[in-house]
Amino acid sequence: MSSLINQAFQNAKNENRPALLTYTVAGDNTKKRSLEILKSISNYVDICELGFPHNTPIADGGQIQTSAYRAIKNGIKINDVFSIAKDFKSKKKNKPIILMGYYNMIFQYNENKFIKKCKKSKVDGLIVVDLPYPENKNFAAKCKKKGINFIQLVSPTTSEIRLKKIIKDSHDMIYYISMLSTTGGKLKVSPKKILEKYSKIKNQNKSKNVVIGFGITEKTIKSLKKADGLVVGSAICKEISNSINKRQNTVTNVTNIVKRLKNKII
Amino acid sequence: MKLKRGIPLIDQHDQHGFWGGKFGGSFIPETLKKPVEDLTNEFKKLRKDKKFLKKKDHYFKNYIGAPTSFVKLDNLTKQLGGAQVWAKVVSEANGGAHKIYNATVHALICKAMGKKYIVGDTGAGYAGKMLSMAAKKFGLKCKIFMGAKDIKRQKPNCEAMKKNGAEIVPVYSGSQTLVDAVSECMRYWVSNCDNTHMCVGSTVGPNIFVKICGWSTAQISRELKVQLKSEFKKIPNKIKLINCVGGGSSAYGFWSEFIDYDKKQIELIGVEAGGPKNSKLHAAPLSRKTKIGILHGAASYVCQSKEGQINETESISAGLDYPGVSPMHCFLKDTKRARYTYATDEEALNAHQMVTKFENLNPSLEPSHAFAEAIKIAPKLSKDTIIIVNSCGDAKKDRDILRERLGKK
Repeated sequence: MSSLINQAFQNAKNENRPALLTYTVAGDNTKKRSLEILKSISNYVDICELGFPHNTPIADGGQIQTSAYRAIKNGIKINDVFSIAKDFKSKKKNKPIILMGYYNMIFQYNENKFIKKCKKSKVDGLIVVDLPYPENKNFAAKCKKKGINFIQLVSPTTSEIRLKKIIKDSHDMIYYISMLSTTGGKLKVSPKKILEKYSKIKNQNKSKNVVIGFGITEKTIKSLKKADGLVVGSAICKEISNSINKRQNTVTNVTNIVKRLKNKII
Repeated sequence: MKLKRGIPLIDQHDQHGFWGGKFGGSFIPETLKKPVEDLTNEFKKLRKDKKFLKKKDHYFKNYIGAPTSFVKLDNLTKQLGGAQVWAKVVSEANGGAHKIYNATVHALICKAMGKKYIVGDTGAGYAGKMLSMAAKKFGLKCKIFMGAKDIKRQKPNCEAMKKNGAEIVPVYSGSQTLVDAVSECMRYWVSNCDNTHMCVGSTVGPNIFVKICGWSTAQISRELKVQLKSEFKKIPNKIKLINCVGGGSSAYGFWSEFIDYDKKQIELIGVEAGGPKNSKLHAAPLSRKTKIGILHGAASYVCQSKEGQINETESISAGLDYPGVSPMHCFLKDTKRARYTYATDEEALNAHQMVTKFENLNPSLEPSHAFAEAIKIAPKLSKDTIIIVNSCGDAKKDRDILRERLGKK
């Protein structure tokens, strides 16, 4: 049977649009609220990425850092992250959820225990920012064995030989980092150039779903709609911060921005 | 887990970059894979390139001022009434600390790779100051990332950085100290690795940075070996090499030539930052029981929570105020080649006071931690034991803290 992640991409393809992926941080700004946000936005989103926050995130820009620090300050623990995922999946069992974070959290939890817990919580995929190929080979294989998608990242600096190897070892989804940047940077490369590199990746193996992330906002999302999928993270985290500052309802505001993002790619 | 003889410790890692199979490695985002690989290849080439080595030696001698002196601290020895206490006065190096070795080598590598921009992190401000000096010397544009708390407490070094034309980027996240500065510097490199070279200020970070830094500071022990032979005719039978350990770059440099010796002949003692006397916070991952974790691209003993969040640290010494430590020191600890302990803020301050009272030497708060251990153990040791402390930094940068805590001018 095809994975939920694959099915989500297929559904979007059938509607002739890219899949919309969102990233929010578990526990931002509370455990309960982040679950509410997740449930609400999932009506418009194809795949939900849920970050397990780390306090030394070396690849994240200001917006996601703020969300992560806020969640940690509010006491979020890794088991809370799993329980959010589990709760979410009990209501939305066909909506794929991907956990994303840094390797030390997994290492401290124990790799095998972590994967087992993912399985139990019905997590569909994993992105580990600081566990690149080929160091991730072992862990990725363990994930695959348990039916969890390990998502490989590819960046503008990835060499051609390396790209081939990564794609060969990848599962259903590949994440292309649009530019040299941390998350939430301003898009400094033209959409045309990004899509050129995207095509290069895509042409290696058409059956892999390739998503583009980093620098995607309401302003830029439309220009990249040719991709299989597009990830929006920092723009959403920023909306959560703004809503908190203005004492407005985070669930409503985040749902609204996600609706607007979706409308731009239909 | 075993140390090999005859091979520099910086080269004793496996193909994945791990010392002892579990310390080090390169836990980096995909974007940095290529620049790290490029740097690895370049360094591999340059360290065998005669022209590059000649250039390096030239600058070490004429710019840094090698060798730094090796002196007996007669008054302190008499006062303590036990082992002889000596110092390797590395703070005589240009700029006032050992950080100049790594900074100079990185600037030379940056030039060799044709990059015009260089960035680095700093805690005490010495790594930043030296990188700004080297950048100025070699015509590179320089940015230094520094925690906002450290900018306040290490003003003299910040002034020097600015004078050298470097831009200081204050870091306000987390504890606003070295750990956050390193994170922010890495983030900057992720975004600018196409035209910018990154210098990690100590023997920490992804494997290649540990190696380059260790290769650079090894100069200290090469000098010391020559100086020992000329002073004592041969390497004495009872030596204790005491060094402070934050990231561990000066300690590695001070020890590297002596690791192959039996520890009964040459004992290696690392002194970490124990923090304020009654505080739970410290920066002593090796001596105060921590677990292995991943920080800034490498696996090492790390001050962290059970979940893997990195702990805040606290130390009077900004240069030691770091939750992780070099993977090479983790390896030396687990193979029992080196012994690690800690000194509290108060012990370091007392040591600073005692050394400056009896000797014409002005060690910064970092090596004052090492002196604290020397002062503690010297009275119990025989007169033919040679204690050597690496006085790796000058206390000029600590003037504000010393004034506040000791009423010093």
